[in-house]
Amino acid sequence: MNSRLLSQIGLFFAALVIISPAILFFLWMISLSLKFEIDNGAYPPILIPENFAWSNYAKVFEENNFLLYLWNSVLVTGTATLLALLIGVPAGYGIARLKAERSAVVIMIARMTPGLSYLIPLFLLFQWIGILGTLWPQIIIHLVVTVPIVVWVMIGYFETTPMELEEAANIDGASSWQVFRLVALPIAKPGIVVAFILSVIFSWNNFVFGVVLASRETRTLPVAVYNMLSYEQVSWGPLAAAALVVTLPVLVLTMFAQKQIVAGLTAGAVKGG
Amino acid sequence: MSAIAPERTGATTDRTGVTTQAIEESQSVRLAPNYWPFVVPALVVVGAVIVFPWAFTLWMSVNRWTLGQSRSFAGMENYLRLASDPRFWESLVNTLTYTSLSVAAPMFLGTVAALIFDARFPLRGLLRGVFVMPMMATPVAVALVWTMMFHPQLGVLNYLLSLVGIPAQEWIFNAKTVIPSLVAVETWQWTPLVMLIVLGGLASVPREPFESAEIDGANAWQQFRYLTLPMIAPFLMIALIIRTIDALKSFDIIYAMTQGGPGTASETINIYLYNTAFSYYDIGYGSAMAVVFFIVIVALSFILLMLRQRSQWIDAEGK
Repeated sequence: MNSRLLSQIGLFFAALVIISPAILFFLWMISLSLKFEIDNGAYPPILIPENFAWSNYAKVFEENNFLLYLWNSVLVTGTATLLALLIGVPAGYGIARLKAERSAVVIMIARMTPGLSYLIPLFLLFQWIGILGTLWPQIIIHLVVTVPIVVWVMIGYFETTPMELEEAANIDGASSWQVFRLVALPIAKPGIVVAFILSVIFSWNNFVFGVVLASRETRTLPVAVYNMLSYEQVSWGPLAAAALVVTLPVLVLTMFAQKQIVAGLTAGAVKGG
Repeated sequence: MSAIAPERTGATTDRTGVTTQAIEESQSVRLAPNYWPFVVPALVVVGAVIVFPWAFTLWMSVNRWTLGQSRSFAGMENYLRLASDPRFWESLVNTLTYTSLSVAAPMFLGTVAALIFDARFPLRGLLRGVFVMPMMATPVAVALVWTMMFHPQLGVLNYLLSLVGIPAQEWIFNAKTVIPSLVAVETWQWTPLVMLIVLGGLASVPREPFESAEIDGANAWQQFRYLTLPMIAPFLMIALIIRTIDALKSFDIIYAMTQGGPGTASETINIYLYNTAFSYYDIGYGSAMAVVFFIVIVALSFILLMLRQRSQWIDAEGK
C-alpha cells in the first residue's frame, strides 16, 4: 500500500515535469500580454508585474481592425466547417459501409499534399474568376483541411456503430437515404460533435492559405496577428495580447471538450496512417 | 466484426457495384443498399480541389511563366534548373535535417509521456488536458511568443540559462542554432500528438502477459523492451508516418519566426517554394518545385508505409 502511494506520487511529479514546458509557456504568454513596455524590457524578467497593462488588450481591438478580422475568421471557419459536415458526414457513412479503402486513400492524399501546392493553381483560378477580394477563396480552400478531417472521423465512428438497426429498417423497405437520415445519423451525434470540434480548430489555426489569399479586408486572425509583427513598431505587450486573443477560443474549446478531442484525434490519427 | 461483415455485404464490396447489385436484386428479397450517392459529393469536392490543381501544376511546371509577364513553353527547363540550383539543394538538406530532428524528439518524448499518462495517479485527466494544449494552440500565435522568448537580450530563455550558468544563445538569430531552435518549438507543439497515438496503443495492450512476466521475474525494463514495445510497434509506426509528413510540410512556425533566415539557413523546400511562387511570382519554377516536393513526401511516406506493413506482420507473428 505504502509503495503504491509512493509510485503514484512519483508518477504525478513525472507528469508535472513533462507538462511544465506547456504550463511555463502559457504563463509567460499571459505575463507578456499584461505588462507595460518597461516591465517587458526589464532584466531580470518579471513574471507578475506591479501594474497590470489591461490597456494592451484594448489597444489590440482599437488599432488593428481586430473585430473585422475576428468576424472574417468566424465566417471562414464556420462556413468551411458546415460545408464539410454537409459533404463529409454522408461520405464517411458511405465509405464505412462500402469498406471502400480506395476512396479513403484519395482523402488521405489530401493530408499528404502540402498546402502550398494547392495555392499556386487555385490562386490563379480565383484571380481569373475575380473573387480574390472576397472571403470565398479562403472558404473554398479551407475545405482541403476540413473535409478530410470530417470524413476521417466519421469513417471511424460509423465503423463502430451497430448494423442491426439499419438492416432491420432496410428489410422494412426504407430507402438508403431514409436509413441514413433516420437510423444512422441520430446514433452518430457524438461522432459529429468530435468532427465539428476538430474541423473548427484546424481551420481556425490555418495560416498559410490566408497569408496568400487574404487582402487587407479579408484577413483572418492568424494573418492579422502576423501582420502586426511586420508593420508595427514591435511592442511586446499588445503583440502577446493579440496572440492570446487569436488562440484563446481554441484553447477554451480544448479545455471544455478535452475528452471528445482526445477520442477523435486518437481514432482519426490511427485511421490516418 | 470484420469477420462477419464481408459475408453480409459481399455483393456491394465488389468493385463493379452496379452489376452485382442487380444480380442480388433478382436472387434475394433483401436489397443491398446503394451507398455510392453518399460518397460522390465528397469525391467531387476533393477531386476539384486536388485533381484540378495537380493537373494545372504539372502544366505550369513545363512553362516559363512569371506573373505579369508572358508565358512560353519550356519543356523540362524548370526541372533542369532545379537540379542545378544550389539554393534548392540547400533547402532540401535543411528540410531533411529539420524533419529528422522534428520526428526523433517528439517520438521519444511522446512515448515517455504516453507511458506516464497510461498509469493511474491523481489529477491525471487534468494534467493530460494541459499537456495536449500546445498542439491545439494557433501556430502563428505560438511562434510569435517563442520569438520573444528567444530574444538574445530580453528573452526569458537566456535568463533561465543564466540561472544554471549556461552562456546566452542567439537561438533563431544565428545560422548555426536556428534549425535546432525551430525544432524545439515544433517539438513543444507536436509531442502531444505522438503521446495520444501511443496512448491509444497502450490502452489496447492486454494485462495477462505482464502478470506472467512478473512471476517469471522480468524487471520493468525487460517488460517494456520485450512486451510493451513489440505490442505498440504498429502505433509507433503510425505516429512516425504522421509526424514525418507533418514535419516535411511544416510552414507556419518557420515562416512566422524566421521566414527562412538568417540568410537562407532555415529555408526548407516549403519556404523556398513560397518565396519563389509568391514573392518572386515565378510560378513556372515554383510549380516544378511543388511537383518535386510532393514526390519527396510521397516517396518518404511510401517507404514508411512499407516498414509499417512489415511491423504489422511481425506483430501478427508475435501474437
